[in-house]
Amino acid sequence: MTVLTTTRKSAWRAYSDWANTHRKWLFAAPAMIFVGVLIAFPLAWTLYLSLTDAHGSVRAASHFVGFGNYLEVLKDTERFWPATGRTFAFTLSALAVEMVLGMCIALLLWRPFRGEKWVRVAILLPLVATPVAVGMMWRLIFDPNIGFANQLLNFLGLPSQPWLSSPETALPTLVFVDIWQWTPMVVLILLAGLTALSDEPDEAARIDGANAWQRFRFVTLPLLMPTVIVAVLLRSIDALKTFDILYATKGKGGGSFNEVETLNVYAYGLSFDYNSYGLASAVLILFFLIIVACMFILTRRRKGNK
Amino acid sequence: MSATTLTDGRPDTRSAVPARRRKPLRSRAYKVFRVVMLILVVIVFIAPLAWMLLASFKTNVDIYDAGKSIIFSPTWENYNNVLGRNNYFQFIFNSFWVAFCSTALSLVLGVPAAYAMSRFTMHRSALVVLMARIIPGVSLLVPWYYVFSNMRLVGGFSVLILSHMFVALPLIVYIMMSFFDSMPLELEESAQVDGLTAIGAFSRITLPLSVGGIATAGILSFIFSWNNFMFALVLSGAHTKTLPVAIFNFVSYASIDWGGLMAAAVVVTIPIMVIALFTQKYIVTGLTAGATKG
Repeated sequence: MTVLTTTRKSAWRAYSDWANTHRKWLFAAPAMIFVGVLIAFPLAWTLYLSLTDAHGSVRAASHFVGFGNYLEVLKDTERFWPATGRTFAFTLSALAVEMVLGMCIALLLWRPFRGEKWVRVAILLPLVATPVAVGMMWRLIFDPNIGFANQLLNFLGLPSQPWLSSPETALPTLVFVDIWQWTPMVVLILLAGLTALSDEPDEAARIDGANAWQRFRFVTLPLLMPTVIVAVLLRSIDALKTFDILYATKGKGGGSFNEVETLNVYAYGLSFDYNSYGLASAVLILFFLIIVACMFILTRRRKGNK
Repeated sequence: MSATTLTDGRPDTRSAVPARRRKPLRSRAYKVFRVVMLILVVIVFIAPLAWMLLASFKTNVDIYDAGKSIIFSPTWENYNNVLGRNNYFQFIFNSFWVAFCSTALSLVLGVPAAYAMSRFTMHRSALVVLMARIIPGVSLLVPWYYVFSNMRLVGGFSVLILSHMFVALPLIVYIMMSFFDSMPLELEESAQVDGLTAIGAFSRITLPLSVGGIATAGILSFIFSWNNFMFALVLSGAHTKTLPVAIFNFVSYASIDWGGLMAAAVVVTIPIMVIALFTQKYIVTGLTAGATKG
């Protein structure tokens, strides 16, 4: 009996020692395997599908077509290239406005004031709101006949706008919605960066006679640059992949003239509205390469700044 | 009133005013400007949400009447419609269940992983997990849909939870890593000197001290899962539909019932906003995690 308990105990001890010495991988492996299986396998599968003519039912047989899909996509000036253009137009314009506006609001909130808590809550609400619901909300506000946006314009003596219903104004309107929802994110990140800054450089510049703009431009901004780049990085990842508000407001194919069809919406439509899995996979691989390239350029700049 | 200021408080420009005297005035002007701008910021971010809330209490006739923008007789009819006839309680439960399970499972996998990655500075491994944040969701959906529909799992909760974990796990690892990075090593070390094993020190010392960080990561991942639209759009079935998909389907048929749509939108956003109100600090910490490290 005692022999058994001692062996059991020493077995437990051996196991415990093993677990403790290998805890690095014991802790990290489950999460990495989970993510790895769910990423590596789908990516490999997408790569494989992009080389086939998979179409229709997922159980239908498919044939190997080599780089046919890629050639078809790259020669497609009707959907693919305009969608690429829109993806960049959307991302760059939203990002630019969000960074400038976010910086202004962050500076406005920087120093403590009364009611600070309530302003922060107000800023947080758009950020946590469900994007699909946000899309629906703006659909009502931008409705050409009954929306508040045109009521406001008419009140100010300006002519009504078609907003989401016209192919020309739909994308800029959605850029506005993205700005409304995600500027708070930039504000919060920059504010966290600003509060972490030490007061001394700013104080020194003040004593040397620098005015507010000079102190911002030559002291605060350079010190804040790492945070600014994190904000740009996080926002551009999400903006490139925007899907919810586009699909919720304009539906399949980004509207009847594909006016808001970005690469993500295009790839989604090819996959689940047309079931052209092969073609969709080729678009996705190209889209993925574009995102990775953007991240590569941004992170290289980040290292260069250090 | 000093000699250098006029009775209305403006500086007297006729006499030479010392620079120090002018300063409080300028800062007062800035103060007024700041208050005005702050009010403007609050209005811009809150007004659309308020408009949605108002519209959800209007009849469809009142919504079409510009004269009844703010003053109207409120009605519960839209909420009765949405919650009663359209089976929204089922969708609310679905959203909650998927968000809860995916968050809980991701915490179980993610917290130890983040701990290991932070303590052993496994930056390359961390990159693998963070890759999940960069990859476009559609590129995963196609193969998932392919595989899971062959396994006849599409439409069940398990697939939805699995797909939402994919959003939650990288987020949790990211937030917890920066949390553990900022946590001093000394406590664990002294616990080990006192006879605890390394794992024992983690579970008895580090974990109880990480409650704040875990709450931050958990709340944020719950919100992201609740708000997720694309995965559920493809992978959910009639009985496992989550709220964002239910709202989207609301407009797919014929003409838009604006009052009902706004009531549905309020039903989705209110739970999240209430959570946000009470956990504001955690959310801000989570969203800005790692942003100030440079």
